[in-house]
Amino acid sequence: MYQHDIGKRSAKVKNVVERGAVKKFAEAIGDPNPIYWDEETGKRSRYGRNIAPPTFPRVFDYGVIEGLKLPSKGLIHGEQHFHYERPLFVGEELYCYAEVKDYYEKQSSMGLLGFLVIANNGEDPDGNLVFTSTSTIMINEAVRKAMSV
Amino acid sequence: MTSIRKWQVGESLPEVTLAPVSRLDLIKYAGASGDYNPIHTIDEEAKKAGLPGIIAHGMWTMGNLAKLFTPYYEEGFVQDYFVRFQSMVFLNDVITLKATVKEKDEKAIRFAVAAVNQQGKEVIKGEAVFSLYE
Repeated sequence: MYQHDIGKRSAKVKNVVERGAVKKFAEAIGDPNPIYWDEETGKRSRYGRNIAPPTFPRVFDYGVIEGLKLPSKGLIHGEQHFHYERPLFVGEELYCYAEVKDYYEKQSSMGLLGFLVIANNGEDPDGNLVFTSTSTIMINEAVRKAMSV
Repeated sequence: MTSIRKWQVGESLPEVTLAPVSRLDLIKYAGASGDYNPIHTIDEEAKKAGLPGIIAHGMWTMGNLAKLFTPYYEEGFVQDYFVRFQSMVFLNDVITLKATVKEKDEKAIRFAVAAVNQQGKEVIKGEAVFSLYE
């Protein structure tokens, strides 16, 4: 049902890797390492500044993929992949967008399951890719029928 | 400071066992991540969704698991991090975080990673590639 959405993208949205947001996120995953939030530790590190945890890109705004309709309930997060060219730096600006990478269906014990693969990408101001965060979302038959598509 | 390079194929990083999952853990993660899906914080909503109670965000567990690599950022960074969400994490579950070296060369170390509950069941499993600086 999402086959025709493959390849659709959102417009790029400017995001900032905010210090306070990084600190809160690191606390929420129980990772209090000062590399994430202490300026002195950041300066002394090989990065010369603070960095963000690898799963931090969840907090960014990736814009809206026009025409992509997702159910508000019943989605199952099946798989998640992060790929980095380098760590994220606290204070840097990233231009983020989402893209529908794939959609396929498979028979399972729960009936026909849909697998929607969405990539959330972040680029530096020069347009170099910094990270890709790829989510595979499972959509079951009941949810698809409820959407009547 | 120990080096991440000292571990050989088949050896594991020190395991970390988390405190029992609390509602506050999930409320904090909801706020920090912006994922306010109520099945993670509100009992009635979780029950309406057919769950026995609230469940942890998969990304909360995935975020926790990544901290096994945090002490080694002077030597490299997590270049690839993949997990499959295998099973749900409920309140009071006790999660243990694991990483075992699968392959290694001069440039990178590939780990099998997993978060396991108190029954020994893998709730998430996957791989992390830690890229080494020269």
